[in-house]
Amino acid sequence: MSILVDENTRLLVQGITGREGTFHTEQMVHYGTQVVAGVTPGRGGQEACGVPVFNTVAQAVGETGANVSIIFVPGPFAPDAIIEAVDAGIPFVVCISEHIPVQDMLRVHHYVNIKGARLQGPNCPGLISPGKAKVGIMAGDIHIPGPVGVVSRSGTLTYEVVSHLTGQGVGQSTVVGIGGDPVIGTGFIDVLRMFEADPETEAVVMIGEIGGTDEEEAANFVKAHMTKPVVGFIAGRTAPPEKRMGHAGAIVSGGVGTAESKIAALQAAGVDVADFPREAALLAAKRILS
Amino acid sequence: MVWSPLFMKIHEFQAKDILAGYGLPIPPGHVATTPEEARAAAERIGGTVVVKAQVLVGGRGKAGGVKLAATPDEAAEKAADILGMDIKGITVQRVLVAQAVDIATEIYLGVILDRTSKAITIMASAEGGVEIEEVARETPEKIHRVHVHPLAGYADYQGRQLAFDIGIPKDLSRDFARIVRTLVQALNDNDAELVEINPLVITEDGTIQCIDAKINLDDNALYRHKALAELRDHDEEEPAERAAREAGLSFVKLDGTIGCVVNGAGLAMATMDTIKLSGGSPANFLDIGGGARAESVENALRIILDDENVNAVLFNIFGGITRCDEVARGIVSALPSLSRQVPMVVRLVGTNQEEGREILREAGLVAADSMQAASQEVVRVAASPEASAL
Repeated sequence: MSILVDENTRLLVQGITGREGTFHTEQMVHYGTQVVAGVTPGRGGQEACGVPVFNTVAQAVGETGANVSIIFVPGPFAPDAIIEAVDAGIPFVVCISEHIPVQDMLRVHHYVNIKGARLQGPNCPGLISPGKAKVGIMAGDIHIPGPVGVVSRSGTLTYEVVSHLTGQGVGQSTVVGIGGDPVIGTGFIDVLRMFEADPETEAVVMIGEIGGTDEEEAANFVKAHMTKPVVGFIAGRTAPPEKRMGHAGAIVSGGVGTAESKIAALQAAGVDVADFPREAALLAAKRILS
Repeated sequence: MVWSPLFMKIHEFQAKDILAGYGLPIPPGHVATTPEEARAAAERIGGTVVVKAQVLVGGRGKAGGVKLAATPDEAAEKAADILGMDIKGITVQRVLVAQAVDIATEIYLGVILDRTSKAITIMASAEGGVEIEEVARETPEKIHRVHVHPLAGYADYQGRQLAFDIGIPKDLSRDFARIVRTLVQALNDNDAELVEINPLVITEDGTIQCIDAKINLDDNALYRHKALAELRDHDEEEPAERAAREAGLSFVKLDGTIGCVVNGAGLAMATMDTIKLSGGSPANFLDIGGGARAESVENALRIILDDENVNAVLFNIFGGITRCDEVARGIVSALPSLSRQVPMVVRLVGTNQEEGREILREAGLVAADSMQAASQEVVRVAASPEASAL
């Protein structure tokens, strides 16, 4: 098992004929992901990377049974692409695009929820269930299948941790990059809940950053609901506070959001917090092997 | 990523111009760049004025950048004191000369895009003023908030509720609610991340006035607000940060000695942490972004070496969409044109790592395998620059 994507994933690529879309579609096909369709308005009837291209998501879903969409269109057009995907009945949408205005994301976030769909991202690397499906832009070959679930706000930092897990011979069930934007769809708690329910996942690595209160809330969730071991890492411990969020940000979060507060919250929830990315992988490996 | 600037700050006078366009009660004021202009402004306004430094950093009042003046001559005098003053590293180039008001009560009112509640959050407190962050920390129950659902929009009861919550006098509650509604409107219209009035003042003669205003604009939305994008104050940007922004790099200057070039914000922060835990101090945060080309790497290296404190550079690249050979090419092609030579430690793994390392080898540079080993090495060479890694 794994979470969110696997060998039954039928992937649709929105923005398949763009530079990023084409490159990563090739990579995902090469990894073995079932890419069944692409969408670029005005390019319907053509083929890209060996998959049929459609003008609309509704048409692509109707003809190919796509059940997951990944979005590569430029930021200003991405909110529209997300809404088109959920209107066409896609239950899980992964938005890689960055530079989306926060106001747009607020509206889209609630709309996706009302439609009963799930959004991952935006501004995220996607996700991978090693050996089954890669729906994202990460390098596939650093991952191996196995029992550790990884959830992270950061892209390359996740590769760092995953490569050390793989180096220890410890594989991953699913690696989910939730993205670092202020407003994102799927959060830490959503993914932790799925890992807890997934029989193949035996331990979880959670990688956070300074800012916001998502890690603190995730720590509360771990304390109340997780039976599986969780290992944590927080980036930004040495970032000077005066460079962080201003006035109202501090008022709204009431002093939480610092690395210290996140680490303290995680430790209080029984999470092993590592000082270095490699140590996070070693702690997780130890939990699996013990 | 939260740490790199996601929004653009504008000056108080610019924020007030925007809000005045909505008809908010703002005491008359004029911008001055010389004492003479300040005198003229005070004459036009009449009566006591307040002369306020226009800088994009907080704490200007405590730094002596806000002063009262009873006469036009005094306004010129105070302006002469404040212009040219250094506030947290920023030289004051402009003052706002505004009509002074007799303050009875100071209120805090802020509207913010709130990532936690996934809504527009309106915050109000009867204890406004410069100590508002302390109020939030010590007595959070004195900050009242309501959340505006992005799909439902602002509802008038929300302003009324806040007026009751913070005890606005009955005869002013309508005015207050109208200001709340207008701030939400201004946030929406301008794609602002924050619109804040602190203090919102009830005057001795029973009116409400916006005494200070702050607006932060969403960088990602500036493409649809060309006029607002023009408000960026380049004078107040750290020159290196400006150069980095124009080169498409995410960069924050720090005061250490080890320059860092990293791909990805999370990894960049973790690299700074690792340097510090290894006994060194990072000179910057720098994310070259995903899929960076050789040119970005060259630009990054130049910007970092312009900082005279930098005596060693660490590259930490984990290639995914970023290709190691591109990064190596960028490093090698930058080398001959660099302003000075410092030891460099290069950690390069991931996509096309063998090609990348070969390019480095040909140029006489050695690539390190692990992030921790590379950090320890760069801390060592930074401490004794003659032991060059080159």
